[in-house]
Amino acid sequence: MSDPLVRVRGLKIGATIHPPGEPSQDVEIVKGVDFDLARGKVLGLIGESGAGKSTIGLSAMAYGRGGVRITGGEVFVNGRDILRLREGGLRKLRGAEVTYVSQSAAASFNPARRILAQVTEAAVLHGKFSRREAEARAVDLFRKLGLPDPENIGQRYPHQVSGGQLQRCMTALALCPQPDLVIFDEPTTALDVTTQIDVLKAIKDVIALTGVAAIYITHDLAVVAQIADDIMVLRHGKTVEYGSTDQIINTPREDYTKALVSVREIDHQEQPPAPPPVLSVQGVSAQYRGMDRDVLSGINVDLSPGQTLAIVGESGSGKSTLARVITGLLPPYKGRVTFDGHDLTPDQRSRPREDLRQLQMIYQMADVAMNPRQTVETIIGRPLEFYFGLKGAERRKRVVALLDQIEMGAKFLDRYPAELSGGQKQRVCIARALAADPKVIICDEVTSALDPLVADGILKLLLNLQKEAEVAYLFITHDLATVRAIADSIAVMHRGKVVRYGPKSDVLSPPFDDYTDLLLSSVPEMRLGWLEDVIAHRRMEAGGE
Amino acid sequence: MRRIPLSALIGLFITALFFLTAIFAPLIAPYGVAEVVGGVWDPPSAEHLLGTDNIGRDLLSRMIYGGRTTIFVATAATAISFITGAFLGLSAAVIGGWFDQLLSRFVDVVMAIPTLIFALVVLSVMPVTMPVLIVVMGLLDSTRVYRLSRSVAVDIEVMDYVEAARLRGEGRFWIMFREILPNALSPLVAEMGLRFIFAVLFVSTLSFLGLGVQPPDADWGGIVKENKDGIVYGIGAALWPAIAIAALAISVNLVADWVLNRTTSLKGGRG
Amino acid sequence: MLLMVSVLIFVGTQILPGDVAQSILGQSATPQALANLREELGLNQPAYLRYVQWLGGLLQGDLGTSLTNGRDIGEAIGQRFGNTLFLASCAALIAVPLAILLGLISVLYRNRWPDKLISIIALASISVPEFLIGYILMFYIGVQLGWAPSVSMVTEGMPFFARLHAIALPVAVLVLVVLAHMMRMTRAAILNVMQSPYIETAELKGLGMFRIIRKHAFPNAIAPVVNVVMLNLAYLVVGVVVVEVVFVYPGMGQFLVDHVAKRDVPVVQACGLIFASVYILLNMIADIVSIMANPRLRHPK
Repeated sequence: MSDPLVRVRGLKIGATIHPPGEPSQDVEIVKGVDFDLARGKVLGLIGESGAGKSTIGLSAMAYGRGGVRITGGEVFVNGRDILRLREGGLRKLRGAEVTYVSQSAAASFNPARRILAQVTEAAVLHGKFSRREAEARAVDLFRKLGLPDPENIGQRYPHQVSGGQLQRCMTALALCPQPDLVIFDEPTTALDVTTQIDVLKAIKDVIALTGVAAIYITHDLAVVAQIADDIMVLRHGKTVEYGSTDQIINTPREDYTKALVSVREIDHQEQPPAPPPVLSVQGVSAQYRGMDRDVLSGINVDLSPGQTLAIVGESGSGKSTLARVITGLLPPYKGRVTFDGHDLTPDQRSRPREDLRQLQMIYQMADVAMNPRQTVETIIGRPLEFYFGLKGAERRKRVVALLDQIEMGAKFLDRYPAELSGGQKQRVCIARALAADPKVIICDEVTSALDPLVADGILKLLLNLQKEAEVAYLFITHDLATVRAIADSIAVMHRGKVVRYGPKSDVLSPPFDDYTDLLLSSVPEMRLGWLEDVIAHRRMEAGGE
Repeated sequence: MRRIPLSALIGLFITALFFLTAIFAPLIAPYGVAEVVGGVWDPPSAEHLLGTDNIGRDLLSRMIYGGRTTIFVATAATAISFITGAFLGLSAAVIGGWFDQLLSRFVDVVMAIPTLIFALVVLSVMPVTMPVLIVVMGLLDSTRVYRLSRSVAVDIEVMDYVEAARLRGEGRFWIMFREILPNALSPLVAEMGLRFIFAVLFVSTLSFLGLGVQPPDADWGGIVKENKDGIVYGIGAALWPAIAIAALAISVNLVADWVLNRTTSLKGGRG
Repeated sequence: MLLMVSVLIFVGTQILPGDVAQSILGQSATPQALANLREELGLNQPAYLRYVQWLGGLLQGDLGTSLTNGRDIGEAIGQRFGNTLFLASCAALIAVPLAILLGLISVLYRNRWPDKLISIIALASISVPEFLIGYILMFYIGVQLGWAPSVSMVTEGMPFFARLHAIALPVAVLVLVVLAHMMRMTRAAILNVMQSPYIETAELKGLGMFRIIRKHAFPNAIAPVVNVVMLNLAYLVVGVVVVEVVFVYPGMGQFLVDHVAKRDVPVVQACGLIFASVYILLNMIADIVSIMANPRLRHPK
């Protein structure tokens, strides 16, 4: 046990970027990182997007994606420095000793070949197993990973299995050649929470069964805490903190780690419903054109003035469609939406301007929610001009006041969206919504594209503004932590229906219906052993019935 | 300020040179366009830098005037194709529904016929005059501009900022010209370069076939037609337009490439 | 689709402003002559009726008769259509393999000198119209070097190799013209496939370059490449028209251009429709191939 499987010392990684029309520039992505990984152990790499974690992971295969190259340091795998290997040596390393599981299995499988042929390819080609042995191994791995019909699933093409299943097939692909190390690059990020938990469990079990070592890359500390022995926290290409999982989760030393570990601390007193509602959705059913399946069926929810109603659900639950119905982009075929006591015209195009003004919207991707060719002043100023006829100096004064409200200030007036950070962009979108002086703002996943610390700032801002401007939020999200932090009422949606609805305290306390129970228990918790607890709990319940 | 790459600078310079020559043709050309000043196919000399043509006119003068005609026809046709194509393309994307369907199907049908063949068919019944030529070329080419601007606009149309404008209650014209057009401009301008080259090649081809610019007006395609018989005797007069067209086409291409590159960088910085 | 195209071609010649009879007879025609010709052409009947008659004739293989010499168009075209097909297929046989090969070379040597050289040549040959390439070749190879005849006369009963020699130059021009487009598009199509994540997966499996291309890139590149080939063959059909005129080759294209000049409307209609049909047919094959090569459609869920 003296020599670790992987030893990384002073790893530096650079990239050449080519801004069109300008000379190429060299930038440093990873600025000197050290770690060790013993056989059979799991190291978690965690950080925001752009922290350099994927790049570090791929360096264990001496691989750099387009324009990325390792500029310094040493990477030892099985006792030899792989950065000094030539093409032939690298080929023997890749796919035999070290393998890789990517975030998007759907894109990483060749669409034109059967799954089994792709899973066994590396094992056979590197001469580790005969074709027959490799296929037997693959079927065995399919079974261990809990895939349905393990004997035959390999005969299918990648597009013929679901996303969660394909991600498990990718894990089988990585494990089939019996490697010493597997790199998992955000393997569950693209999946829904209820699917994530199964894949996570499958990966954890199969790691334990095969005794392979792994580097597990993710941005979700709660996830990596379930699976890793050690964790390295990265930020801007540098190590922030590196220690055992127990130490990182329970006694973090650095402020950044503490902020990641801490559950959102936002102080928000739940308000009881205060009729009459400002916005009321009554018996709404809707379909997309050309499909005869209800995307929404019989939805009833109310939003009280100045409060927050959270709509929670996984992708495909219909929560974003509900927003489209309320804004009038998708007229429902049944039911109605009332605003301030009067019916809203189903189709947005024939709504009076006053109704449009009172109901504003903030989007998930602030990047594409703002016209890249307009300055901040135009973006925020247009609603002022459009709804209130403000012009020139008067308009500018009001824009500056709004910029102050979102804690940004007048110096941003002439900036273009591309010159703002992610959090600033979202703030400008909030200001644009506020400029219309609305009674209701629909927030569609407004924090889910942001890093956790930035997201907290946005949520605090939204709550402050709610107090100042008496505005009500319809808050659409899949993130239960956010819901706990800011909601007054909650509606849980599943397959186009509201399965649970009421004040926050009621919805989040037992007894639960089956789906809400599944959803709530699937959200990873920031503690060791959570995954085992949930699985044990589910087994017990299933056995008890 | 963004630095302009050398290739684009060269392209800009040569393109500008061509246009200036076209505009000031009467001042630059040493002789008149139809003036017979020498023998048949005189070799290049001090008086006639490129020699003379099949009936003894000064070839350099005819090249300069020919460039004026060619560039004028191509520019006018490109303008027509852009104004119609881009306007209809943006409208189709913004209005959608049956309007889009009808227009797109119609364009599909027109594009199913090769442009040259269609132009020949139409020109077989229409009188071949300059305005007819320009309008026919412009309208035929506008189908391609329509396709491009529609597909660019459809991509932009699904952006949240367009939805935001729509939810604000903005009218169609605001959405078309203030939200979509500024963001579609770069690919359209780049395409304009390519369409312009195409128009130059196209009008030259038509004139060469005797169905474009009519004599005694000169244009590059016509010059080839007039002097093609010389080739068999080893006289290269007909090859000068080749050099002119290639130089113009390549330099416009270089500029278009640069404009297109700037577009892709828009995601990162301001254009 | 073809039906719509036939309508459009018909409309293009009949409904547009401009009097067919007037253009045939010229400005000096007497009113009486005009009226007679109109009667003869059936121009006094409503347009839709004339269209139905024309289409009915087409379906029975009757392309109508030429206005200028009163001969049956079908007969006149038959021989020429064969000549054109011969010319185009010779060009295609050389251009397609060459384009794919060069496309592959420029992918393998991406951004190195072979790639750059190939794209510069491609850009240059795209920037010059077909007829000029024709004359340049004629000037240097045909006249100055005298390797091939600069006028491509072919006659019936000409031996095969003599025929090949006669069309060497026009084929060379067509190959040059199509090659550039086809190669650029092949390069783009293959590069697009090579940048997919599943190629990265294959690289990370430690596979060799050859196996990656053969097993992973090739099956996915077939469809786009076939598409490219078909689109360019369609382009070839148009290029043929001009090249035939340059080399005085007795094919369909020259025939069409001649009769446009003579304003022989029925001939123009017939030729236009045949060219458009070939063009549409090739486009359709491209569509069908890309559907067939899509694994999602070949192996439904």
